[in-house]
Amino acid sequence: MTRIAARGAALLSLLVITLAFLGPFLWVLLASVQPEATLSAAPTLTFSLDNFRAVLTWETIILPLINSIVISGSTALLTVLVAGLAAYPLSRYQLRYRRHFMLTLLFTTGLPVTAILVPVYAMFFRFNLYGSVPAMVLFLTASSLPFSIWMMKNFMDGVPVSLEEAAWVDGAGWMQSLRAVVGPLMAPGIAVVAIFVFVGQWGNFFAPFVLLDTPEKQPAAVTIYTFFSQYGQVAYGQLAAFSVLYTAPAVVLYVAVNKYLAGSFNFGGSVKG
Amino acid sequence: MTVATAPSPAVTGTPAGGPARRRRVLRWLLPMAPALALLALFLAGPILWSVYIAFTNETLTGSASVNSQFVGFDNFVRMFGDPNFVNSFLLTFVFVIGSAVIGQNTLGLIIALLQRGRGRVTRSVVNGVVIGAWVMPEIVAAACWFSFLAEDGTLNAALGISQEWLYTAPMLAVILANVWRGTAFSMLVYSAALSEVPPDLVEAAAVDGASPWRRLVHITLPLIRRSIMSNLMLITLQTLASFGLIYALTGGGPGTASQTTPLYMYEQAFRYFEIGYGSAIALVMLVIGALFSLVYLRLIKVEDA
Repeated sequence: MTRIAARGAALLSLLVITLAFLGPFLWVLLASVQPEATLSAAPTLTFSLDNFRAVLTWETIILPLINSIVISGSTALLTVLVAGLAAYPLSRYQLRYRRHFMLTLLFTTGLPVTAILVPVYAMFFRFNLYGSVPAMVLFLTASSLPFSIWMMKNFMDGVPVSLEEAAWVDGAGWMQSLRAVVGPLMAPGIAVVAIFVFVGQWGNFFAPFVLLDTPEKQPAAVTIYTFFSQYGQVAYGQLAAFSVLYTAPAVVLYVAVNKYLAGSFNFGGSVKG
Repeated sequence: MTVATAPSPAVTGTPAGGPARRRRVLRWLLPMAPALALLALFLAGPILWSVYIAFTNETLTGSASVNSQFVGFDNFVRMFGDPNFVNSFLLTFVFVIGSAVIGQNTLGLIIALLQRGRGRVTRSVVNGVVIGAWVMPEIVAAACWFSFLAEDGTLNAALGISQEWLYTAPMLAVILANVWRGTAFSMLVYSAALSEVPPDLVEAAAVDGASPWRRLVHITLPLIRRSIMSNLMLITLQTLASFGLIYALTGGGPGTASQTTPLYMYEQAFRYFEIGYGSAIALVMLVIGALFSLVYLRLIKVEDA
């Protein structure tokens, strides 16, 4: 009897938690398809795609989304390339300061990136890099490197050295061996790192907000902020439609790597004591 | 790229000498060079730069923008004497304790515990909703909560009252929004940790007549102790530097009622263009983050990195 009661209580608690979590979602989902949307998630029977049609213009959402893709995509690609190269000696050679280096990387992942933006901005201003998308991408890459090198090294450790030996015998150097043997074997790991960095930068607001000067360069994160910070004259339905379009890619990519990422939350894996 | 054909690790038998030694250094230095250069230029560089400008009166406008001067500890004296900084510091503390340590951590653990032994459908629905809030970009999360808490928003409509939550309880609003957004991380950490707890230990205690509460406190929690500590450190570090959500939701206001340290730093550096002063604040935040990060490294005791 108590078993059933406990089970019921657990299910009831989960139901309450789920409903509480659903609350803030409701408005985005409902308002995006309501032509007369307000701030309240009011259930109505009207359904229309007018809001989506209204925001799907070049300067409202298409250009910002392209900017987001360019910024997040090039950061992800560059990060994977640079982190993959750096992880190779860390995974394959006995280096004297390897442990210190890895610990320093782990330490760096804990530093508040938000705080680094003031000196980065000062530096960019001094060296005329303010407003430069490539310079910002290099900064974003550097800030995602510590964690990415860690993940890359762990994935690379999973590829047995014996598989590379055949390539060495054939006279291949580390470049060929990395490209032709290790790379393909750790493709899932590379995809996880790339998507992880991409989704992280997709939602990044502060860095482009501070480092880019004109609206034409801004990614969707900043555009949507300027969209709804103009209190009083917001078309709420359009804001909701923008939110849906901007959030969808992050959700799709998360679902794609969900299975692999779940393992990263187990501290018994690469980092144990 | 010609060095790409350097001998493989297996065949370097030559004793440490000139060319052989150089080749060995190149073998690790070459692939690591791009990473090291980027880290030095865009991460270590700015941090060192901030140490320098934190001791100057650098601004973006006015005379100090052309030739800034060394002002010693002036920025730090000013910072700790500024009631707005002290206020932001206390609010950051409240925000971290409320939203990360109590909110996300406890709620994440509770959800993970409640999900044990539930059916697949229940788990997927709960996970979907909680993780959905986490995957959402922070500005969209802010828009969701703005509409949820607004005077004519969903919460008031559901409760049948009229209350301008973002003005009457701004800290509560940002704490709740951050709990909503960040709980998924703790939930995933604890789900992974709980799946490693041997069921027979818990069952044995149940057979011995231990109540569910005692089993939790005396068996389950001690077994996942390391995950709890790691999770607490990680979410504390993430929450300390949180900016976008608060900025978009309340802008730090009304007045300075929800102005945590990152927002105070933003205001000083980017609204008043006090780059020297802003860097001093950044430096304090970096030092606090570094201390937490060191504690975290100690806690997880990294095995053969």
